[in-house]
Amino acid sequence: MAVATSQGGQGVPSVLPARRRFNLAWLGLLPFFLFSVAFMFLPAFYLIVGSFRNNDGDLTLKNYSDLQTGTIPGAFLTTIEVSLVTAVAGGIFGLLLAYSVILGGLPRFLRTALMTFSGVASNFAGVPLALAFIFTLGQLSFLTVLLKDLGINIYQGGFRLTSKLGVELVYLYFQFPLMVLIIAPALEGLRRDWREAAENMGASTYQYWRHVALPILTPSILGTMILLFGNAFGAQATAFQLTGGTLNLVPIIIGAQIRGDVLHNPGLGYAMAMGMVAIMALAIGLYSLLQRRAERWLRS
Amino acid sequence: MTIETRAPGVLDSLASSGRRRRLPRINPFAWLIFILGVLYFFLPLVGTFIHSTRTRPDIFLAYRQVFADSKFFVGLGYSFAVGVITIVVSLLIIVPTAYWVRLKVPRLRPVVEFVTLMPFVIPPVVLVFGLIRVYSSKPLVLTATNIGSDFVLVCAYVILSFPYMYRAVDTGLAAIDVRTLTEAAQSLGAGWARILWRVIFPNLRTALLSGAFLTMAIVIGEYTIANFLARTQAFGPYLSLLGRSQPYTPAAVSLISFGLTWLAMGAIAFLGRGARTRVQVAGAR
Repeated sequence: MAVATSQGGQGVPSVLPARRRFNLAWLGLLPFFLFSVAFMFLPAFYLIVGSFRNNDGDLTLKNYSDLQTGTIPGAFLTTIEVSLVTAVAGGIFGLLLAYSVILGGLPRFLRTALMTFSGVASNFAGVPLALAFIFTLGQLSFLTVLLKDLGINIYQGGFRLTSKLGVELVYLYFQFPLMVLIIAPALEGLRRDWREAAENMGASTYQYWRHVALPILTPSILGTMILLFGNAFGAQATAFQLTGGTLNLVPIIIGAQIRGDVLHNPGLGYAMAMGMVAIMALAIGLYSLLQRRAERWLRS
Repeated sequence: MTIETRAPGVLDSLASSGRRRRLPRINPFAWLIFILGVLYFFLPLVGTFIHSTRTRPDIFLAYRQVFADSKFFVGLGYSFAVGVITIVVSLLIIVPTAYWVRLKVPRLRPVVEFVTLMPFVIPPVVLVFGLIRVYSSKPLVLTATNIGSDFVLVCAYVILSFPYMYRAVDTGLAAIDVRTLTEAAQSLGAGWARILWRVIFPNLRTALLSGAFLTMAIVIGEYTIANFLARTQAFGPYLSLLGRSQPYTPAAVSLISFGLTWLAMGAIAFLGRGARTRVQVAGAR
């Protein structure tokens, strides 16, 4: 055993001879791959194949061209708009919030409190979140009444929780804490040397942020906003509980399609699901790319 | 600019003392943003609490009703049990996989990482769509029976847990010397199962527990997958239905649900104390 240890290629001990070990090592990953195939790739593959078939089972591309018909383009546009608005607004506010506790000179315990609360809030999504907003900003709820007493009647102003703006307001509750969580390490990674170097060369605070800090942070900020976009785009439970399925969002239509063929074409439902996966893949891919760029500066 | 002439060590201490002096200065902009954030965090909770106590004259009636409702405990118990099974299955798959990747097949690491990221690309509503279509038709009809649907539900949750379970375990493995521990165990005559169970698992305790608590937080509140698999007794669908049919109890249950999320996150923060802040994010819901 001791001999095998000192002689093995990378110091790996094994009861198996070197040649066989090398060939069979991947078998150890088989349970993981089999499980992923059975419960993720096979279902995804079923949807892909289905999206290329018509009702008679023939190969077709028509389902994808049909994505331009009926309410579907509107659903994609609305979902993209809601995701984009909450990603940008949540991103900016989350960044400012992280900045204010990390670099803004607030007491240290507030920073710890904010990070903990962000962890909770970013995971507090779905049904209870939708209900919490209904109990707060519903027609007769606490904040609505409070605002009315202050002379601001939001419902007369056209506000509805079931509208696009309402959904965006609710999504922000889990969006900006996520931004805080992910951007905080990047802000903490801004080294004091850089600021001092800039100041020694006569840079103002504005110039430091404009030419040093923001360029370094840009990949992180953009990447995280894209992640927020995907986070909102894939959400179903929150919007469904909030609107009862009345708002025309892609996840809600797919949900209705699962219950019963509301699109009157199963293949079209699969094509919609694939459209959603394509957008998510784009978002996650871009995020990974930007995150890798951002890490260059975080390594010291 | 006289600073330039000073030695580097002096410059450092000067800079840090300068920073310390700058700290107490009140930055109104930072405070304004922070207060706005606090309002956003707490107003919905305050609203929910006020709503839950509107049952005059007995303001705690809603809470009493919730705790007298067997469906509440059935839902919580069911989701808790599903969460525990999900955690066990996920750990049994992910720990040996991450261990094996580190020890034997580092070449396959990008592939495994890619697969564990896939649940972010396939949203829950799409995943359950595919699962229902595959497992409600021949050759393997699982969704026709209760136990079969429970099985599919657990498997879907295990898939959802992959991204952060893998990352938690992999970070944990990076912190211990896997190779030396393995060699030591082997030279004492331990087999692979024994090494994993008696050496690797105990050394990863903290990482595994934080992954487990996050999984529990997600499973307890999950709605989409449970609902489409007709697991109406689960906590998410139960709360959803309650929210459509009852006036005050859903507010009480929402607050309790928030408390449970808080407990899970608090446990993670407690376990990770001293360590670098790690992001724990569940993904879209």
